[in-house]
Amino acid sequence: MEIIAKFLEKNGLVVAFLLVGIIIYVSGIISDKFTNKKIPASAIAILMGLVLAYIGGVYTKGEKGIADIKIFSGFGTMGGSMLRDFAIVSTAMGASFIVMKRTGWVGALSLFLGIVLSFLGGVVVALLGGYTDAISLTTIGAGACTYIVGPVTGAAIGANSDVMALSIAAGVVKAVAVTIGTPFIAKYIGLNNPHTAMVFGGLMGTTSGVTAGLAATDSKLVPYGALTATFYTGLGCLFCPSVLFLLMKMIFG
Amino acid sequence: MIIYGVAILAFCYVIGQLFGEFLGKIIGVDANVGGVGFAMLLLILLSDWFNKKDYLDRNTENGIMFWNQMYIPIVVAMSATQNVRVAVSSGFIAVLAGLVPIVICAITIPLLAKLSKNTQLD
Repeated sequence: MEIIAKFLEKNGLVVAFLLVGIIIYVSGIISDKFTNKKIPASAIAILMGLVLAYIGGVYTKGEKGIADIKIFSGFGTMGGSMLRDFAIVSTAMGASFIVMKRTGWVGALSLFLGIVLSFLGGVVVALLGGYTDAISLTTIGAGACTYIVGPVTGAAIGANSDVMALSIAAGVVKAVAVTIGTPFIAKYIGLNNPHTAMVFGGLMGTTSGVTAGLAATDSKLVPYGALTATFYTGLGCLFCPSVLFLLMKMIFG
Repeated sequence: MIIYGVAILAFCYVIGQLFGEFLGKIIGVDANVGGVGFAMLLLILLSDWFNKKDYLDRNTENGIMFWNQMYIPIVVAMSATQNVRVAVSSGFIAVLAGLVPIVICAITIPLLAKLSKNTQLD
């Protein structure tokens, strides 16, 4: 038993390839037999991934889902930011530059609006939750952008740790909800073409949520959403601790 | 050769991400600004140029397409490593602070998309 565990741990990445292959195979069968292909196999596979992450989290109390269980640590490598970004870049092969150029300025506008609207949404919720100081409001608003913008902003303006934790949690909730929700709301927001995918990426911003959500909806849209979303976290880290924090300070002192 | 394709992809990745890192430094943020986006644009331009010059053979292209096809499996692995426990058990304010922006932005999407379609007609 110990030999097997050690072996699986040592060969993590390859083991992850095998397990993800099995997950996707099973998802294909479920999609075929039980949903009549109405729910795409990739959406089911991603959902199964999230369930595994939950189980791993509950079992180890760690932060990296199933990857915190040693024999499944290869999931951390396979799903880590390096391979993820590498694969995202490869999706640009076959994407249309003309479409990207045409949607350019609306994409930029959607980024700006996405940050400001998410921030304000987060601030309103924080106000309802009883927070009234500019630092906490800004940090929670930043967390409503992405789970990276939250702690970066909080650290920059000196928020205390429970507010930071809250802002990270808000960002994680957003990422998970976008992942699960995108295929279901796609119909209602007209998310079936590259233009809308770029606007979607800019407004939602959470790279993991946007790319996973689009993959579950229509994988052809992934490069367009990813292109705008990849600017979001950086711009969020720029605006939240500066302009938006000053705005909060002016209003709430 | 397959490795050429993988190397082209890696070239775009490295240049794009480095650019994003430097851009972050320049505007004074502790984050990568658009690195993946720059890498994608570079790949589009490069593959376009290679195609015109007829440098891309099937195998070279397969080196890039392999990763293209691996994208969804990687995303599945990524979702299996998300901090779902925190998301599920994070309490009312965190859940609301995560969900409210999604609703606001989802409503905005059709409006902005319309804007981009209108400009398309010009």
